[in-house]
Amino acid sequence: MEFFNSADLLHALPLIFLMSWATILLLVAAFARAASERIMPALAAAGLLLTGYFAARQFGNPASAFNGMFAADGFSAFITLLLVLSGLLAIALSSDYLKRMSLNRPEYYVLMLFSITGMMLMASAADLIVVFLALELLSIPLYVLAAFAQPEPRSEEAGLKYFLLGAFASGFLLFGIALVYGATATTSLTGIFIAAQSGLEQPLYLLIGAALILVGLAFKVAAVPFHMWTPDVYEGSPTSVTAFMAAGAKIGGFAALIRIFIVALPSISEQIVPVLWALTALTLIGGNLLAIAQNNVKRMLAYSSISHAGFLLMALVVYGQDAARFDVVASALFYLLAFIITSSGSWGVVIALEKQAGKGLEFSDYAGLGRTQPVLALAMAVFMLSFTGVPPTLGFAGKFYLFRAVLEGEYVGLAILGMLASLISAYYYLRLIVVMYMQTGNPKIHSERWLNLTTVGAAIGVVVLFFASEPLFDLAALALLHVN
Amino acid sequence: MLQDYLPIAVLLILSTGLSVLIVALGHLVGPRRPSARKSAPYESGMQPIGPGTRRMPVRFYLIAVLFILFDIEVVFFLPWAVTFRQLGIFGLIEMLIFIVVLLVGFAYAWKMGALEWE
Repeated sequence: MEFFNSADLLHALPLIFLMSWATILLLVAAFARAASERIMPALAAAGLLLTGYFAARQFGNPASAFNGMFAADGFSAFITLLLVLSGLLAIALSSDYLKRMSLNRPEYYVLMLFSITGMMLMASAADLIVVFLALELLSIPLYVLAAFAQPEPRSEEAGLKYFLLGAFASGFLLFGIALVYGATATTSLTGIFIAAQSGLEQPLYLLIGAALILVGLAFKVAAVPFHMWTPDVYEGSPTSVTAFMAAGAKIGGFAALIRIFIVALPSISEQIVPVLWALTALTLIGGNLLAIAQNNVKRMLAYSSISHAGFLLMALVVYGQDAARFDVVASALFYLLAFIITSSGSWGVVIALEKQAGKGLEFSDYAGLGRTQPVLALAMAVFMLSFTGVPPTLGFAGKFYLFRAVLEGEYVGLAILGMLASLISAYYYLRLIVVMYMQTGNPKIHSERWLNLTTVGAAIGVVVLFFASEPLFDLAALALLHVN
Repeated sequence: MLQDYLPIAVLLILSTGLSVLIVALGHLVGPRRPSARKSAPYESGMQPIGPGTRRMPVRFYLIAVLFILFDIEVVFFLPWAVTFRQLGIFGLIEMLIFIVVLLVGFAYAWKMGALEWE
């Protein structure tokens, strides 16, 4: 038996490179501490850029490696590029914020890179064991990052809560994997598909296993009713970590959900789609209704990220239909792109207004921003409009493709629910705009070079990329041709 | 398929039943003559010093975590050693990479002073 060939290493190059890079950076952090505090953001960003370059080269020649446990195809390349983008945005948001909050420890960037490797592996995992491995690799650095403002009690609390609940969710995922293995005698995604096609002795086990896997991953992407940890963890973590978690963990979770369900489980779509439907509806309604009640911008954005998980889940509901499938997943990828840029930008504004010890995060702290900081307020207004889905923003294009795909799959009820959810969300997004422009106040902001660049850049990107959404969507659709 | 698990179920019932039975018999049949010395905590026949629950320096936990790290490394060596011949040079290189990764972690912990006992 051949265990591997050298071509496998080439297929996994982006992953192997980033992992080695992060390991080297860990040594740099230990042995050149003083210098690394200055150069670490640049080194981490350089590593991400190179990873993105390696991943971009994989477009167009899909391959499977390590005995079919690892898939290097357009889907994983596209997800990797999304992760590189969100990683770069997160680094730009972090570097000055960490200095200001005196959290500037170089391990921050190392942990971030390790977490990104886990997310990349989520997108490439073609075997349930690898999915589990990737989930742990994604999560464990995030637990540490959530508690990074130690000895700040809120941050420690966030880290511990995230860890305990995350470990619990991992247990669900693992038990689901065990049941699926019990039913199909394989953990390979294509193997499960073939076994399910040719008839199972105990089809019920496959169903229960799939449901448990869904629970484990729904926790990661913060879908209602598995969202309880999200507001507390997002609020307690350092804001730059929250920005990274909101974007990165979501990409990783959805990458695994999409690949597992489309590759391995189309045969049980009839039974699992109602469950997905209910999960989506709950997430859309719950996330938006709870967001209305918030007075803290950080918590409001946390609930908003839950509701966007609901929109992304809409795509998954249609996964069982062959005709609609590619469109659906391409629209999910496009929505992720829109969400990353909008979300990172809005967290940038939050970071600019945040003061020491969790102050400066209330809605009232944003009063008068439109007069004193017109550029920042305009950027925030753009992000809020993009979250709501108003043209001409990327968020509108994302929702447009998503609803189109859902309607193609003939889930009219779900599309209407999505529209209603968008309508509800307009209330709290526009409320922030009203506070910024129509109330008086004198908010103080931190004007830092990379932070300003990111926020303004993201705002421009949200508007400009809207006009390029057609080619971007085509790129996402191209990425998916090889998912099977 | 479930029938395959029957021996496990039998073993489970037998072992639970037997242990409950033995402990219960000891309680019911055995003579009981308690004395101060007999009910004292067992410390290998020595006179007990102080109460059983004591406060421990928190540093032990760090050492314990580091121990787990290297303990798992050794556990991973075992299956590799068993299949050493089949894996050949590939296995050797793979294991070297594994050790290097752990060594990096060890070097980091050492350099950051995790092993110092102030």
